[in-house]
Amino acid sequence: MSDTSRDKVTEAGVAVIGGGMVGSALAYGLAKRGANVVLLDEGDIAYRAARGNFGLVWTQSKGDGMPAYAAWSLASAAAWPDFAEAMASAAGRSIGYEQRGGLVFCVGDAERDQRAAQLRRLHNQRDDAAPVATMLDRKALHDLMPRTPLGPQVVAASYAPGDGHVNPLYLLRGLHAAIRRHGGRHAPGAAVTQIVPTGGGFTLTRADGAMLRADRIVIAAGVATTRLAAMVDIAAPVRPQRGQIMVTERLAPLLPLPASALRQSAEGSVMIGVSVEEVGLDTGTTVKELARMAARALTVLPVLAEARMTRAWGALRPMTPDGFPAYAQSSTYPGAFVATCHSGVTLAAIHAEALAPAILAGRLPDGFEPFHPRRFDVRTAA
Amino acid sequence: MFARPHSDTPHLTITVDGQPVGAREGDSVAAALLAAGVVAMRSTPVSQSKRGPYCMMGVCFDCLMIIDGVPSRQACMVSVRDGMRIERQRGPRPLEVDTEDSP
Repeated sequence: MSDTSRDKVTEAGVAVIGGGMVGSALAYGLAKRGANVVLLDEGDIAYRAARGNFGLVWTQSKGDGMPAYAAWSLASAAAWPDFAEAMASAAGRSIGYEQRGGLVFCVGDAERDQRAAQLRRLHNQRDDAAPVATMLDRKALHDLMPRTPLGPQVVAASYAPGDGHVNPLYLLRGLHAAIRRHGGRHAPGAAVTQIVPTGGGFTLTRADGAMLRADRIVIAAGVATTRLAAMVDIAAPVRPQRGQIMVTERLAPLLPLPASALRQSAEGSVMIGVSVEEVGLDTGTTVKELARMAARALTVLPVLAEARMTRAWGALRPMTPDGFPAYAQSSTYPGAFVATCHSGVTLAAIHAEALAPAILAGRLPDGFEPFHPRRFDVRTAA
Repeated sequence: MFARPHSDTPHLTITVDGQPVGAREGDSVAAALLAAGVVAMRSTPVSQSKRGPYCMMGVCFDCLMIIDGVPSRQACMVSVRDGMRIERQRGPRPLEVDTEDSP
């Protein structure tokens, strides 16, 4: 059962701060390996990307400029089928996971050429041979989805067979249920306000005054990460970046594969994204962005003009300066870890199956140096 | 099941899935159908279970019907008109594709 803020949690082996997609995946991975875990969760009043994201399990386009991130995303996509099974079992229902490939549509020749160049650049940055995505021309797209009435301006798409999508709300439900199933505690209701390193461990204070002592801590607090990480001497710059999404009524199957900014859920809703806005802690929506997103979706699938839009929302991505994840252990206070990224859904499987055991063993995985947020430190001239 | 509190407005006729149904001017589509004993107005997109009006004031979206050819209209928010064509909406609605798709 969930603890409430009234239950004074006093001791834990590992305290995970942040009940969103990253913190929950880590808490699950730790709990299933026998750790004494508590997930400290501000609750649904938090700026929670996990309740507002698009739900892609996505590898194409990831890691342009950081090959380690591309490899990490691919490893997670490969771990997703088993992970999804565990999540569906814990959630007690389908989580809407499908991995049958994903598309990035190109409208016009310029977009096609740009996309092809980006794929080549991504491929050239990686040592392994197999390309993550290939370009499909209009004819190949038609062969792939003969019943999908694409707009005439769609000239091509990039296609990654390993990409997929999931219902992120059911995924989060599955994670929280799986944590409890493995003996972990989910403690929503109050943010962590203070972290004090004490005698080889950490003393945490929550907004309701409750205190907790933990041997180890993981800060996975999304847009609140920077402030908390500073308390264990880690500089982890994370800013909120807004994305808006709109969703249609449930429709008969129309788009069999998920695409960047356009996917049809297992229940039939068509989700339309996506915006990139620097507006601080504001989860609102704007007609300007929604109109632009709708126009783009209508270019790709003109038949959507008949569909009714039922909802729109904004959510905040926790964004580092270069957009790549940040993982670190404090060198001043060993045992304090930071984990933050804006790809919490894609990386959920690998967070649970590779990052959590590394945290349990007390050191980040080999090859993780590129992810350290010290890459953002201002370099002094030699 | 439902009784009208008054019955002094003119009679008119609508059709539900092609069958004529009596109504009164001023009725909403949902009210007219309930008065005629029609309770299930659609089936859901995912499980195909039956749904009828719940709120009767435009907020629950459970009374969606195809009205004069326009799908997903709220039957509780549309006033009847003589000769109005009402159809039950069954499952997820397909979008009309009016051209042959081609590569």
